[in-house]
Amino acid sequence: MNAQRRSPLVSSMAFLVYFFLYAPILVLVLYSFNASRTNILFEGFITSVGPLQMQGSTVVQSPCGPLHWFCELSKNREVMNATQNTLTIALTSTIASTIIGTMAALALQRYNFRFKSFSQGALYLPIVIPEIVMGIGILVLFSQVFGFINSAFGLVGNDRLSLGLGTVIVSHIAFSVPFVTLIVQARLHGFDKSYEEAAMDLGANELVTFWRVTLPMLLPGVLSGALLAFTLSLDDFIITFFTNGPGSTTLPIYVYGLLRRIITPQVNALSTVWILVIVVAVFLIQRLQQTED
Amino acid sequence: MLQQLRENKSLQGALLILPTMVFMAGLLIIPLALTLVISFGQRGPDGGVIFTFSLDNYIRLIGFQPGCLQPSCFDSLYLQILWRSLTLAFQTTVLVILLAYPLSYFIARAPRKRRTTLLFLVLVPLWTNFVIRVYAWMMILRTQGVINGVLGWFAGLLGLTFTPLEMLYTPGAVLVGMVYEFLPFMILPIYTSLEKIDPSLYEAAADLGANSLRTFLRVTLPLSLPGMVAGTILVFIPVMGMFVVSDLLGGRQVILVGNLIQRQFLDARDPTFGSAASLILMAMTLVVTYFYTRKFGFGEEIVTA
Amino acid sequence: MSELAVELRDVVKTFQTPEGTPVNAVDHVDLQIQNGEFFSMLGSSGCGKTTSLRMIAGFEWPTSGEVVIAGQPQGHKPPFQRPVNTVFQNYALFQHMTVFDNVAFGLQMAKRPGDEITRRVGEALEMVKLGGLDKRYPRQLSGGQQQRVALARALVNRPQVLLLDEPLGALDQKLRKEMQVELKLLQKEVGITFIFVTHDQEEALSMSDRIAVMSLGKVLQIGSPVEIYERPNCRFVADFIGETNFLEGQVRAVEAEKVVVFVPALDAELAGVGYQGFHNGQRVSLSVRPEKIHLTEQPPDGQKSFPVRVTQVSYIGSDTRVLVQAGKTTLKVAEQNKISTLDPDAYFQNGEQAFASLTPENTLVLPLDEVP
Repeated sequence: MNAQRRSPLVSSMAFLVYFFLYAPILVLVLYSFNASRTNILFEGFITSVGPLQMQGSTVVQSPCGPLHWFCELSKNREVMNATQNTLTIALTSTIASTIIGTMAALALQRYNFRFKSFSQGALYLPIVIPEIVMGIGILVLFSQVFGFINSAFGLVGNDRLSLGLGTVIVSHIAFSVPFVTLIVQARLHGFDKSYEEAAMDLGANELVTFWRVTLPMLLPGVLSGALLAFTLSLDDFIITFFTNGPGSTTLPIYVYGLLRRIITPQVNALSTVWILVIVVAVFLIQRLQQTED
Repeated sequence: MLQQLRENKSLQGALLILPTMVFMAGLLIIPLALTLVISFGQRGPDGGVIFTFSLDNYIRLIGFQPGCLQPSCFDSLYLQILWRSLTLAFQTTVLVILLAYPLSYFIARAPRKRRTTLLFLVLVPLWTNFVIRVYAWMMILRTQGVINGVLGWFAGLLGLTFTPLEMLYTPGAVLVGMVYEFLPFMILPIYTSLEKIDPSLYEAAADLGANSLRTFLRVTLPLSLPGMVAGTILVFIPVMGMFVVSDLLGGRQVILVGNLIQRQFLDARDPTFGSAASLILMAMTLVVTYFYTRKFGFGEEIVTA
Repeated sequence: MSELAVELRDVVKTFQTPEGTPVNAVDHVDLQIQNGEFFSMLGSSGCGKTTSLRMIAGFEWPTSGEVVIAGQPQGHKPPFQRPVNTVFQNYALFQHMTVFDNVAFGLQMAKRPGDEITRRVGEALEMVKLGGLDKRYPRQLSGGQQQRVALARALVNRPQVLLLDEPLGALDQKLRKEMQVELKLLQKEVGITFIFVTHDQEEALSMSDRIAVMSLGKVLQIGSPVEIYERPNCRFVADFIGETNFLEGQVRAVEAEKVVVFVPALDAELAGVGYQGFHNGQRVSLSVRPEKIHLTEQPPDGQKSFPVRVTQVSYIGSDTRVLVQAGKTTLKVAEQNKISTLDPDAYFQNGEQAFASLTPENTLVLPLDEVP
């Protein structure tokens, strides 16, 4: 669409929606500087820098000044663990789901085999059922299977199979793969086979052709899929909620836990840091895109 | 042997899709089957499962008690929960479409260079953690939250007494939260389908005598349908299964199917009942989605073409 | 050492249409292509020429029959095991690689040492007159330049046979004609067998040593350009190559190669030459090329002629195309520019009477069937 007469009605509605999207985020960020520890009312910024001083539930002075809660955050072991877990899970599941999702897309787009329609349908399933149904199913599966193995082999204590990092990663791969497949399939849709034929004509066997010709040309689609898988994993709550165990807490789970207990501005500080990271990442990606063009 | 593989294209395809199928079978199909089996079971000690064949869970879900199928035993509690989830999902979807469309339209009409930035502006909230976004609304809607704070300040200026509004822990709060959560999921597909419209179609419409409104209703809107369809699938289905938003913003007042299922597995420790509820949820969602896609398709045109 | 570069032995390729019926894209084709010749496969879309080429390259395998390269049956060998290289219709240059990397690709696959690769790539690019452009990317080149890169990429590997799939299709007219000349020279210089697929008959005629005319999966005729043009073996080929007039008639007499045919539309007997056996009473079709018909104001001495009426005159520059009404039929005539610059009205006008004459050598007798 080209820029025709821009309706002021549409523009103002658009801005309102943008405002709606960002207002809560701004509130979040603002409260991460809240002097009040109970974080119910906004009581202003912490202005004086120095050893910690409180007045009731208000922080009057802090070694980090207005950034008090960020400092508290950096000392928070649980947050660091949760962050590490979140990233580990996201990276592992992204790499795995991208690889097998791309393979699946190639299979569906270029080959005919028995159970092809069944496979395509099975891949749509995670998209059309609510996450909680999948989460419950996996929980039920693992509890029954682990329970059985534990009692059959007499495993106790630390040897017992239980929910943890492994179960979360495996679940994340399961829900990411359909999305990766869908995206790569779309990219394969108009893919001209003559490039691969040219490579084979020049002496490259199937593997070399894939590595040096097909994959580089497919890369934008594969990267989009990987990015989506990463996002889905990073942000996932419901499935992680049902498949995680002690020691595999992710950030969303951690925040949820906090919200049901004590809410200090530390949560806001965590949110602000997260938002900042995202904004910086987006900025960098934009820069990268611009240099590519 | 390699030559055999080379000749058998069908085998190549099957091998490529094998890892994916292992995951789908193991983590989707088998779990669902297991859920089905368990839903016919009975609650065992310590929240375990006794594998039998019993319709008790389903009887309870439709409102009766096992062993008492008369109207006097009827309690519509669970049916209400199901209905509430359904209506909330519909309301959310409609509101999201109404809010997303102008924004998508705006971005689609913006100069090409600006569009990436505008899109990223939409994506930033999406990439901000989901739980955090709900928390933000808690802060805004609660009794001593932002809205009440601002309103109270205004009232003070005008010299009026102000009773803070009870916004949190109401169905309205949950709806607002849901809409906020899923808005970006509708903006992107609608934008994609609007962007694909060939500009010469607008010229053709104008040439044939259509003004802006007419062009929008007869050309733009129908052509952006795939986007709305895809967006609906991305909104309706997750909302049906949501429990976090209703938990944090609705408290005890608003219980959806998701909350019910979650509680069965955690607090009440009755995985059999939870499984039954989970399957009913899935069935409801699939039925609605089936009729919906029969009429409107999947909106996959926005991905291909 | 086989004399034949490529052989197709009773090759059949069957495809399933979307409706489910099988169709033979290549229908029992036999071809023998000599070493060092410029061989073209000519026909309109769907005739099977591209499918045949792809079976030689190895992108498709025959449903039945054998593809033989340099005496070796290829069976189900994949493309990278065959001693042939292909120039694709859309060039298929690797967009993410430089020109150098594109051309070097085949040599890298053959694991040649680095300095040899550099040298040979340089030579190949010089040969196609693209020296110095090795660092560019395909998208930075014009269509003609991309085409040459595709050529260099294939030739640098010194294949026994070069397969070209309508490589000039995307070029504009002038560039096309230039490339036709260049390709022909290149082939003579390099000396390898070229198998060229095209739907453009002028292209095939100007470049080839021999042409195979194909239609609906079958080879209709194989011959040199002169043979194909002057002695088509059926109506389809006569019509497909160049332009011609068809006159139907019945054989009255056969003497050696000279055949006398009665043409009802002209109500006259014409003598022509026929190279396939004909017998009295057989229904035949006479093929006369427009440029073999001469128009005169008076009947010429010693030549068979008949009266015609001019209905349309088109001045094309070097040619003048005339439509004449002869008896019950219309004939196309093409004469080299007869319109004198000194006297623009010297030639026939619409409605004028003239006499058309032809010689038996230029009147070809063909069977009535469209294809053999």
